[in-house]
Amino acid sequence: MTAATARRSRSPLPAATGIGALVAFFATMEVLVQSGMVNRFIVPPPSEIFGSFGRVIVEEHVFGRFLQTLTECLTAGVMLTVFGVAGGVLMHRFKLLQQACETWVAALASAPIVLMYPLFLVIYGRSAWTIIMMGFFAALPPVILKTIEGISGTRKVLINVGRSFNLTPSQQFWKILFPSALPTIFVGIRLGLIFALINIVGVEFLINYGGLGQLINDLAERYDLAGTYAAICFVILVSVLFFMALEKVERWLRPVD
Amino acid sequence: MAAPSSTNNAILTADHINVRFETAEGPVIAVDDVSFDVKQGEFFSVIGPSGCGKSTLFNVIGGLLSHHQGTIKVGGETISEPHKSIGMVFQEESTFPWRTVTDNVAFPLELIGMEKAQRIERAKHFIGMVGLNGFENRYPGELSGGMRQRVSLARTLASEPKILLMDEPFAALDEQTRLLLGDKVLQIQQQLKQTTLLITHNITEAVQMSDRILVMTYRPGKVKRIVDIDLPRPRTSEIVGSDAFGHYVAQIWSDLREEASRGMRDQEKHVMDEGASS
Repeated sequence: MTAATARRSRSPLPAATGIGALVAFFATMEVLVQSGMVNRFIVPPPSEIFGSFGRVIVEEHVFGRFLQTLTECLTAGVMLTVFGVAGGVLMHRFKLLQQACETWVAALASAPIVLMYPLFLVIYGRSAWTIIMMGFFAALPPVILKTIEGISGTRKVLINVGRSFNLTPSQQFWKILFPSALPTIFVGIRLGLIFALINIVGVEFLINYGGLGQLINDLAERYDLAGTYAAICFVILVSVLFFMALEKVERWLRPVD
Repeated sequence: MAAPSSTNNAILTADHINVRFETAEGPVIAVDDVSFDVKQGEFFSVIGPSGCGKSTLFNVIGGLLSHHQGTIKVGGETISEPHKSIGMVFQEESTFPWRTVTDNVAFPLELIGMEKAQRIERAKHFIGMVGLNGFENRYPGELSGGMRQRVSLARTLASEPKILLMDEPFAALDEQTRLLLGDKVLQIQQQLKQTTLLITHNITEAVQMSDRILVMTYRPGKVKRIVDIDLPRPRTSEIVGSDAFGHYVAQIWSDLREEASRGMRDQEKHVMDEGASS
């Protein structure tokens, strides 16, 4: 961590500004909804959303659902990190494979994989694995592509340093290429987790199997708008937890950039 | 040029080195029949204008470029790939940004499997040698350009090479820092009796540090002359004000001036040709 970064991280100002901006946003929304400028049947007032938290937690068993979505995301996240990074490394290592597949992988990144849920239902049945695998496949391309980009972007002089020290190909990878590529790989994992979470909640919503996606579906069908938004807040919480954990892992693996 | 008369104490011998690159505009001879030897404990510099093949020669000696003719011998042994006897310091910033100064310097010791406590102790020795005491736990991103080059130098020294091979290591630094780092390199070289081969385009730097300077011609890079620098040792950057120093600088510049002018004319012609063809 640089001295400047350390100073930034010790200062409470950024966190306070972030919280302040959030409070200001909710206060503005409250005023807009209460004054009728925003339709309360589309966006309920924030006070009503916060008021519904207790009800959603107790009556809708939100923690069980939260844990289910979290577990599905974690499983998909671990799988996409392992297979995505390995896929990227293999594609970088074997140029023919990279030339043959990179365009297809890039195309897959923008494909609406969530629409393929009937196929996944046939393969994996109406189970958590359908949800996990859909999250996994949707999130795989950015991890593969960013891994290739990170390794390819390793500065030539660092590779030459490795060569000058007579590193074996394995040492060259683990001691130079991989640590050099880590920041870019983590960008891919972050993107992958966003794709995974969107798809996991989306498929939970569609196949009515459980988790926060199903809860949002239930609450929306009951037209419980405040409850729906409260449930969405829990989805955001899953995302926040993942990003915090990921940042810790990244700092552990590579203390500075 | 004739093969160098290998003396008994020559630790490095370059014998009839030729390097040719195929380009879109036809073959380019980057290094043309270059031969020289470097004696044990000597500070030898190779100087030439931009584009004369200095860095190509650096890569050939370091074993990073294999498609060349001629032989490189270290202690009588012909080498064709990176050799443990040659430690390289590169022109570009080459520290590992994810490692602390200590971990950067300990890198070659880690490769040979030295125990952690022992390698940290050894690394600290070399960190002290380049004058970076107190910065052991800093990361390269927290250091200046000159400090990072010293980390690279310490990392190479930690591998205890027989020959220290440097490619314009201070090229990106300002003149004052360059002179002071030159002092540091001289001090280390004299302390370790380290055989050093410096590739540079900076005449002051070459004269300040070298026992002998090989002047190269502009493309194709040939040996124009080898100049003995008979200045007293130990030297510091204070020597740059002496008459003898000025004499050597003038002498080498008179050799280089014609080559540098030729290089400049060649580059201008190249730009004109490109403009005409586009």
